[in-house]
Amino acid sequence: MILTEQKPIEEIIENFGKEKKIFIVGCGGCPEGAETGGIKEINKIKEGLEKAGKKITGTMSIDFLCQKALIRSRVRPRMETIEKSDAVLVLSCGLGVQASTEVLNKICYPALNTKTFGGRITGMWHGSERCDTCGDCLLEYTGGICPYTACPKQLLNGACAGQSNGKCETDPDRDCGWELIYKRLKKLGRLENLYRFIEPRNYSKMLPKEEDRKSKHWALDEEVI
Amino acid sequence: MIAKKTKFLSKFQEKLESGEFAITCEIGPPKGAEDEEIKSAGEILKGLADGVNVTDLQSSVMRLGSLTTCHILKEMGLDPIYQVTCRDRNRLALQSDILSAYVLGIKNILALTGDFTNIGDHPQAEPVFDLDSVQLLWAIKKLEEGYDLAGKELTEKPSFFKGAVVNPGADTEAALELQIIKMKKKIDQGAQFFQTQAIFDPEVFIKFMERISKMDIDIPILAGIILLKSDKMANYMNKFVPGVFVPESTSKRMAETQDKIATCLEIAAEITNAVKPYCQGVHIQALGWEKHIPALIEKIK
Ligand code: SF4
Ligand code: SF4
Repeated sequence: MILTEQKPIEEIIENFGKEKKIFIVGCGGCPEGAETGGIKEINKIKEGLEKAGKKITGTMSIDFLCQKALIRSRVRPRMETIEKSDAVLVLSCGLGVQASTEVLNKICYPALNTKTFGGRITGMWHGSERCDTCGDCLLEYTGGICPYTACPKQLLNGACAGQSNGKCETDPDRDCGWELIYKRLKKLGRLENLYRFIEPRNYSKMLPKEEDRKSKHWALDEEVI
Repeated sequence: MIAKKTKFLSKFQEKLESGEFAITCEIGPPKGAEDEEIKSAGEILKGLADGVNVTDLQSSVMRLGSLTTCHILKEMGLDPIYQVTCRDRNRLALQSDILSAYVLGIKNILALTGDFTNIGDHPQAEPVFDLDSVQLLWAIKKLEEGYDLAGKELTEKPSFFKGAVVNPGADTEAALELQIIKMKKKIDQGAQFFQTQAIFDPEVFIKFMERISKMDIDIPILAGIILLKSDKMANYMNKFVPGVFVPESTSKRMAETQDKIATCLEIAAEITNAVKPYCQGVHIQALGWEKHIPALIEKIK
């Protein structure tokens, strides 16, 4: 179980900027359980965005957004609508946003922040996506590739000078995360994102709220037993 | 108060701002509790180098500190450039060391990301990278405005001549674009001069300079010059040092020469003279051959 928390609606709206036509995808896995990305939350966010003048082109909930094959099969009938939208809003942990961006080939904005239970996460389905549970998801900036896990130096403002032929300074078998981010943003037509200055990570955001630490989310198995 | 007394431009900054061609040299602190090497390198460079770059645990190898070495050089009458990397210290330690540098009268600072820990002699160490190089420049700017990164007011503001690095030889389209975009971001966050990765092919450098001038980047740039001591060193760098490419013809000259020192200095002087019309200075890395720098400087036209 991955713990997520909804970003304030104001922040979501601000992140979209001038993008108008939004498709919303929620996750029926952990976020449904955590009450941050189920049908109820999708409808609530839809209302909030509509009030702010956005046009919602469609909504859907997919069980386990961390499973790319599942996303691919479920979105097939909706692909045309998604393609015609300006952007997708994803209510899932960082893994779901990463997987969605790749499968949908459309800029995906995270609606949730992924928090830590202590340790890095790989999802229910173990794909190549990794999330460091930073608590302040910025995947729309990097086009769905997490800078905290794709770059060993966790650089937020672009590559170091250590890359060589697209490989990382730390390991010649590893792709340079920023090389991947560049290529992804190019493919998405979002290279201008790279000019944004990103302030240092706020480590205090990783910690869940007091009430979450004491809630059933903290130890779901005990609750079930 | 020391801090107030030192509010003047560094000699290095004056030189760059006057538009004259500047020569800086690099000193790597020793691996040990001694200052002999630094002092003898300092003696050689005194009066010759417009600034002396002091590396900060270069290649992630544990050594004497950059700040202490800068202080020693400053006392000797040289103008040190304090290199600061993000690898080993979090934002508290970085800000504190930067304030310390100012109080010690160190005026030039070079902000770097730093190599990863696994390439050095302490691969077990935690790679910190709490800030990146752009954020480090931003942090220095905040300190100069009188505030720390938490927004708390400082009793006295520091002021620096701030530099950063760029690699003109990045070898993929993405890598070169990322270098240029990051360079722009560094300028936005206060970088006032740049040093480049070592240049062996002047054409690459000249192409890079033309490219950035098209983007309205107008800032003093010092081209990196490494003394190539042997053809073995050329092979090593081609294999392991990203962004550095020694052409076959250059390494052949080192392989065939009878006088390695003379040929090495010839090559360095040729590269320097080729890039000179396109930049504001050179940054020489002698890697232990500091004693040959005076002879090299004589060859620079
Ligand atoms: S930016 Fe990365 S670490 Fe942070 S929540 Fe998103 S995927 Fe996770
Ligand atoms: S080479 Fe790329 S992935 Fe590796 S540390 Fe540098 S920027 Fe990060």
